Amino acid sequence: MIAQHLPILQIVLPLMAAPVCMVIRHPQVVWIWATLITFLCLPISIALLVQVMAEGVIVYELGGWAAPWGIEYRIDKLNAFVLVIVTAIGAVVMPYARRTVDTEIPVSRVYLFYTMLLLCEAGLLGITITGDAFNLFVFLEVSSLSSYVLISFGKDRRALTAAYRYLIMGTIGATFYIVGVGLMYNATGSLNIYDLSKLIPELGGSRTIQAALAFLTVGLGLKLALFPMHMWLPNAYTYAPSAVTVFLAATATKVAVYALIRVTYTIFGTVDILEIVPVQDMFMVMAVIAMFVGSLVATYQVNVKRMLAYSSVAQIGYMMLGLSFDTVTGVAAGIVHLFNHAAMKGGLFMALGAVAYRVGGVRLEHMAGLGKKMPWTMASLVAGGLGLIGVPLTVGFVSKWYLIQAALEKGWWMIAVLIVICSLLAVVYVWRVVEVIYFRPVSEIAQEAKEAPLSMLIPTWVLIGASIYFGIDATTTLDVAFAAARTLLGDGG
Amino acid sequence: MINPALLLIFGALPIAFLQRPLRQIYLLALPIVAFALALGIEDGSYGHIKVFDYTLETLRMDGLSRVFMIIFLIATFLGTLYALNDDDPVQQTSGMIYAGAAVGAVLAGDLISLFVYWELTAIASVFLILAAGTEKARRAAMRYLIIQVGSGVLLLAGALMHVADTGSIAFVHFGLETTAGKLIFLAFGVKCAFPLLHNWLQDAYPEATVGGTVMLSAFTTKLAVYSLARGYAGTEILIVIGATMTMFPIFYAVIENDLRRVLAYSLNNQLGFMVVGVGVGTELALNGTAAHAFTHILYKALLFMSMGAVLLRTGTCKGSELGGLYKTMPWTTGFCIVGAASISAFPLFSGFVSKSMILSALGYEGHWFAWGVLLFASAGVFHHSGIKIPFFAFFAHDSGMRPKEAPFNMLLAMGVTAFLCIAIGVYPTALYDILPHDVDYHPYSTAHVINQLQLLLFSALAFTFLMMTKLYPPELKSTNLDTDYVYRRLLLRLIAWLRDALAQVDRQGRQFLLGIVSAIMDWIQKHHGINGMMSQTYSAGTMVFWTLAMFLVFLVMYLAA
Repeated sequence: MIAQHLPILQIVLPLMAAPVCMVIRHPQVVWIWATLITFLCLPISIALLVQVMAEGVIVYELGGWAAPWGIEYRIDKLNAFVLVIVTAIGAVVMPYARRTVDTEIPVSRVYLFYTMLLLCEAGLLGITITGDAFNLFVFLEVSSLSSYVLISFGKDRRALTAAYRYLIMGTIGATFYIVGVGLMYNATGSLNIYDLSKLIPELGGSRTIQAALAFLTVGLGLKLALFPMHMWLPNAYTYAPSAVTVFLAATATKVAVYALIRVTYTIFGTVDILEIVPVQDMFMVMAVIAMFVGSLVATYQVNVKRMLAYSSVAQIGYMMLGLSFDTVTGVAAGIVHLFNHAAMKGGLFMALGAVAYRVGGVRLEHMAGLGKKMPWTMASLVAGGLGLIGVPLTVGFVSKWYLIQAALEKGWWMIAVLIVICSLLAVVYVWRVVEVIYFRPVSEIAQEAKEAPLSMLIPTWVLIGASIYFGIDATTTLDVAFAAARTLLGDGG
Repeated sequence: MINPALLLIFGALPIAFLQRPLRQIYLLALPIVAFALALGIEDGSYGHIKVFDYTLETLRMDGLSRVFMIIFLIATFLGTLYALNDDDPVQQTSGMIYAGAAVGAVLAGDLISLFVYWELTAIASVFLILAAGTEKARRAAMRYLIIQVGSGVLLLAGALMHVADTGSIAFVHFGLETTAGKLIFLAFGVKCAFPLLHNWLQDAYPEATVGGTVMLSAFTTKLAVYSLARGYAGTEILIVIGATMTMFPIFYAVIENDLRRVLAYSLNNQLGFMVVGVGVGTELALNGTAAHAFTHILYKALLFMSMGAVLLRTGTCKGSELGGLYKTMPWTTGFCIVGAASISAFPLFSGFVSKSMILSALGYEGHWFAWGVLLFASAGVFHHSGIKIPFFAFFAHDSGMRPKEAPFNMLLAMGVTAFLCIAIGVYPTALYDILPHDVDYHPYSTAHVINQLQLLLFSALAFTFLMMTKLYPPELKSTNLDTDYVYRRLLLRLIAWLRDALAQVDRQGRQFLLGIVSAIMDWIQKHHGINGMMSQTYSAGTMVFWTLAMFLVFLVMYLAA
C-alpha cells in the first residue's frame, strides 16, 4: 500500500512538514521535527532507486488523472539517482545545521529557517520527480523562493544583496523557463515531458519549438550557473549561512543540471539537438571556459568559502563538459559527477562551516595553523580538496577518469589535456589552503579554537567518507550513472 | 600477505600521536618489521584488487622489484635513524609515507597502482622540503611539487592511452614506438632528472631539511631508474641521455659553492650511469644498473648525512665558509671520506663493484664512445664529490669553526651506512646474489683495478695541481694567477669565457621564458585576480546583459539549425 505511494510521499512529506514548523516554533523541537522528516525522505528515495533499478520506470498519476491531462510523476534511473543525492544531503545537513544555526540565526527566526530548508528540499525533490514541465516550474519557484530567503539569513550584511541579486537572476531564469514551456505548449498542446518528447519530432523544424529550446537552455543555464551566467553564485554561496551553503552547493545546481539533461536528452532527445554541431561546441566551449575561469579565479581568493564557490563554477563546467560529449561515457561521467561533486563540496563546505563556528571566519588568516587546533576538521578539508584535484582513491578521480576516457573515445585530445591542466589548477588552489593550515603559525584569532563539535564533525566525515568510499568502490554509482546514460541516449537498457 | 608498502604508509599514521621515546622506538621498528615481512615474500603476483573493469596487481615480486625494495627499506631505516632526534612528527610521518610509496611503486605490477604511488611519493616528499621552514624552501617546494605532479599527470595520460591502445594495464616493457610509450617515457624522464628536465632536483634537494635531503636522495630518482629499467630496457636513446647526464652536471658541480648542491649535481651525474645501463639493456647492464642504484643510495645518503651534520653544527654548507672541521668532527670526516671513496669507485668500496659492471657492459656491446664519456665522468666524479666535498668541508683553509661532533644517532646512521659501503666493496657477492639476473662477474680483475687506480690517480693529480697553482675555480676568494703559466691562464680564460658566454645565453634564454611566463601570470592576475574582471561582484544589470547575450546566441543557433 505505502510502497505504491512512495513517489508522492517523497514530495508531500517535506512539503507538508514545512508549515508544521510554523506551528511548532520552538527552536529545538522544530529542529528535531525537520531532522526527522529528512531522515524519512532518505529511505524513501533509496527505496525508489532500488525499485527503478530492478523494475524500470515508475509512473505515478496524481489524483488518478492519466497523463497527458493529469500531472504524473515519472521516475527513471536518472531522477531516482538525483533524488537520492538531494535527500542524502538533506539528511546529513540537518544534524549539522543545529550548531551553526545557534550562532548564525537569531533565535526568534530559527523556526523560519527550518521551514524554508524543508520547503527548499521539497522544491528540489519536486523538480526532480515530476514528469510535467509546468509542474517542474512550480517546484522550481518553490525551491528558488525558499533559497532566496535562506541566503538572506546570512549574518554578513552582504547576504541581503547577494540574495537580492540571486532573486533577480533566479526569477529571470524561471521566467525564461516558463516562456519556453509556454511556447512548447502553444506548439504541441501538451505539458507532459514524456508526451512532449513524442510530439516534438513530428513538428520538425518549427520556429516556435526552436525558440522554446533557446528559452529553456538559457533559463536552466542560469539556474545551474553555467558560465557566463554564474555571476550570482559566488556571493550567494559566500554570504549564506554555513548550513545553507552546504545544502545549496550540494543540491541546487545539481538539480538544475538534471533539469537541463531532461530538456536536452528527454524532451529533445529524439531530435538530438546536440547533433547540431554549433550547439555541442557551444556547450563544450562554455564548459571549458567555466572550468578554467572558475579554477583560476579560485586560486586568487582569500576567502576560502568564496574560493570553493568559484571551484563549484569550475566543477559545473566538468559536468556540462561530460553532457556535451553526447556519448554514453560522457553523459555517465557528467551524471556520476553530480553525485561525486555533491559529496566533496558538501563535505568541504561543512568543514568550512565548522571553522566559521569555532574561529568566526573563513578567510585564509582565520585558517592559519588550524592543522594543530582542529586536526579532524582540517583533515576532512584536505581529503575533500584532494577530491577536487582528482587524486586517485577519491571520487574526483573517478569522474575525471571517465571524462578523459569520453574525450579520448571521441578522439578529442585537446579536451583531455585541458581537463588535466585544469586539475593542476585545482592543485594550486587547494594547496594554498593546505599550506596555510599546516605551515603557518596559529593566528591570534584562532588561539582559542577547539576541534569542531561531533554533531558537525560526523556529518562532515560522512560526506568526505562517501567521497573516499565511492572513489575506491565506484561500482554502485557508476552502474546507476551508466544505466541512466544508456536510457537517456536510447542505447538499450 | 602484507604489502610492506602499505605497512609503512598506514604505519606512518599513528606517529604523530606517539610521545617521544615511544615514537622513536616505533619509527625504528617500522622499517625493520617491513623488511622482515618483505624478505618472506616469494616471487609472484599478489594483492589483486578489482577497480572499475581492471584488476590491479598491487604486489609483484621478481628479481628487479626485490633488489629495489630491499635497498629502499634499508634506506628508510637509515634515513629514519639519522633524523630520529627531530621533534617534527609532520616530517617523520611524511617521510615514512614517502618511503612506503616508493616501495609500493617498485612493487606495483600495473600502471594504475604505479600512478597512485607515483603521485603519493610526490605529495609526501614535498613536506620534507617545506619542513625546512624557510621562504626559499617554500618556493622550491612549490616548484618541486608542480613538476612532480606534472610527471604524474604525464604518466596518467600515457597510461590512459596505453589502456586505450592495448586494453591492458600491466606495467611491462613499453618501448618508444607508441605515443603512449613516449608519454610514459617522458613522465619517467622528469622524475629521473633527464637533462633539461633536471632542474627541480638541484633546486629542491639542497633546500630540504637536514634529514629530508637524505630521504629525498634515496627514493624519487631511483624509483624512476627502476621504472625505466622495467619499461624501457635496451632503448638506445637512453645511452645518449645517460651519457649526457653524467657529463654536464660535473661542470656545475665544480663551480658550485653550496656543498649540498654539489651533491645534488653529483646525484644527477650518478643517475646518468644507471640510465646508460638501462639503455644498454643486457643482463649485465641491468644488473649493473640495479647494483649501482643499490650502492649509490647508500653512499649518496652517507655524503648527504655528513653534509647534513655539518650544516646542523655550523649552520652553513658553503665551501668558502667551511674548512678545518676535521679537528672537532673526526668521525663525520671519516664517514664522509668513506662516502667519497665509494662514489669515486675506489677499489674495496661499494661504487667500484657496481660502476665497473656498467662500464664493462658498455664495452662488451661496443659502445666505445659512451664508454669514454663515462670514464671521463668517473674522473669528474672523483674530482667534485671524492675530493672537493671532504676537502673543502673538513680540511682546506681553517675556517676557525670548532663545532661539536654530530649527535650520536647521526653518527650511528653514518657508521652503519659506511660499514655497508665498505662491506659491499669487500664482499660484492652479497650484493650480486640479489641482483635480477644471474651474475658471473668479477670486479677485482687486475685490469679493472689498475684502470681505476690510474684514473683516480690522475684525477687527484689534476686537482692537486689546480689547487697548488690556484687555478681551481670558485671557492677561492683570490683569483691571482701565477705569471709563470701564461698559456694556462689563456686557456683557462678561454674556458671561463666560454662558460660565461654559455651562462649568458642560458640566462637570457631563461629570462625570455620567464618573461613570457610572468606576462601570462600578469594577464591571469589582472583578469582573474582578487579584483579582476572575472572575480568582481557584478550588478544585476551586467548579469542580465550576459543572460540576454547567451539567449541570443542560443536562439540564433537553434534557428539556424
